[in-house]
Amino acid sequence: MALGPLWLMAGGARAPILVPEISQHQVEVRQGFTGADLLLYGAILDPAGTRAAQDYDIVVVLKGPVQSIVLREKSKVAGIWVNAANTQFRSAPSFFALASSRPVRDIVDEKTAAIYELGLDKLQLSPIGVIDPALQHRFSAGLVDLMARQGLYREDGHGVAISGQVLYSARIALPSQVRTGTYTAETFAIRQGRVITSAVTRVDVTKQGFERFVAEQAAGNGLLYGLFAVFVSVGMGWLAGRLFALV
Amino acid sequence: MDVYLPIANLAVNGLVIVGLGALTGLLSGMFGVGGGFLTTPLLIFYGVPPTVAAASAASQVTGASVSGAFAHARRGGIDYHMGAVLVAGGVLGTGIGALLFRLLQALGQIDTVINILYVVLLGGIGGLMAHESITALRASRNGAARPARRRRHHPLVASLPLRWRFYRSGLYISPLAPLLLGMATGILTMLMGIGGGFILVPAMLYILGMGVNVVVGTSLFQILFVTMATTMMHALTTHAVDIVLAGLLLIGSVSGAQVGAQFAQKAKPEQLRLILAIIVLGVALRMALGLGYRPDEIYSVVPL
Repeated sequence: MALGPLWLMAGGARAPILVPEISQHQVEVRQGFTGADLLLYGAILDPAGTRAAQDYDIVVVLKGPVQSIVLREKSKVAGIWVNAANTQFRSAPSFFALASSRPVRDIVDEKTAAIYELGLDKLQLSPIGVIDPALQHRFSAGLVDLMARQGLYREDGHGVAISGQVLYSARIALPSQVRTGTYTAETFAIRQGRVITSAVTRVDVTKQGFERFVAEQAAGNGLLYGLFAVFVSVGMGWLAGRLFALV
Repeated sequence: MDVYLPIANLAVNGLVIVGLGALTGLLSGMFGVGGGFLTTPLLIFYGVPPTVAAASAASQVTGASVSGAFAHARRGGIDYHMGAVLVAGGVLGTGIGALLFRLLQALGQIDTVINILYVVLLGGIGGLMAHESITALRASRNGAARPARRRRHHPLVASLPLRWRFYRSGLYISPLAPLLLGMATGILTMLMGIGGGFILVPAMLYILGMGVNVVVGTSLFQILFVTMATTMMHALTTHAVDIVLAGLLLIGSVSGAQVGAQFAQKAKPEQLRLILAIIVLGVALRMALGLGYRPDEIYSVVPL
């Protein structure tokens, strides 16, 4: 299932080789799914592949499918809290987890972090319409804070362990409420503030079995699904009525 | 016991959901209210998306009402004639409610409207019920005879044209009154994800002036059909009915409703109404505080 590393040379011919791998490329959402623990690991080698590379920092980013959203902000109007302002984002990731060997701000400067979307404050959310930067910043921060408290956005400045300057590994937990779809895991090797090389692998999160069947029926077969739901609720109520009448 | 909900897209503790169902089922059997006014907010608090919570709570209320309605039907506590008129109004109301829901959702004000409705309706009705039942309880404790009610039903009801006889309710009134009442509860069912029983029961008592012994059964009868319509409406429009969530809630609520109906037969109606009034006022107070205090979440996300 491995799609193989995609090479992205940024440091010329002397770029090291980055071989990323992920513990599972398929996450199956079935009954009893409570989340998944993904291990993202790999090796960094010098081009000849004969010895360990030198001091590199590793940043791993696992990103879920993006969605278009409306973000609403409550504020106090006439004594009660109501949704007062809102903004729209075309590409808010449904999941974003970043792990790095050192905090990102110690590894790269602001500009590089922004280019590679390294950090929760660097997400490219593509706001729709004209918004002034201060307002947009406030909304982005609000979204990140909300998603972080739901466990869907995370940043761990010490989440990547590098051993022997060759092997790296990071553990990222997917909570149970993740959206299904294709997730991308991108690994960056960074040296002296420059992204030397990066590679992408994919993880497919799909519903399987009963869960898949239910989701498909609910979305595509509303009439039958609704009738079935009514039938089940009436049937169970009736059954309980009969059983208790015997008692 | 972890159970994954395929439509809500999250894992929950199944036992908590069954317990929640049992609690609302108990209320349903005892008071004839659907219990949705507790289920929906509690599910949302537990992390279930609001639309899924409202849609699935509706089918849970169906189940609880069936088993409660059966219990009341056995002792002749349903006025089917009155019930049919209420249901007709209720189904009309769900249609209107669906349109209103969509409009308010587009404006982003659905949460605020729901909260204000909760505060105003629950607060008003809870206060009315509490006052009435305390007066009645005090009167019976003093040994004094309960003062006779001055009127059977509201003068507005008497002024409506057309009059039908509702034998079991002991009424000779215009069918337009229960039709409008049913319509109002239908709208609320769709908007608030509630059965509407807490509106219906006091309105049947104080506005229509129905006999106490058929109020609970008839209210359950109406809720049963209106929540069925609501479930269908959600399955066809929002696709948010989670059958696993509904099933778990049902297991608890159908049993709870049976137990509740047995309690109801033993307890004094005044005491039952006082307890219901306290619960209703509690929820209203919680909602009122929620409107005034800074909410936990300032931001909310809706898919575009």
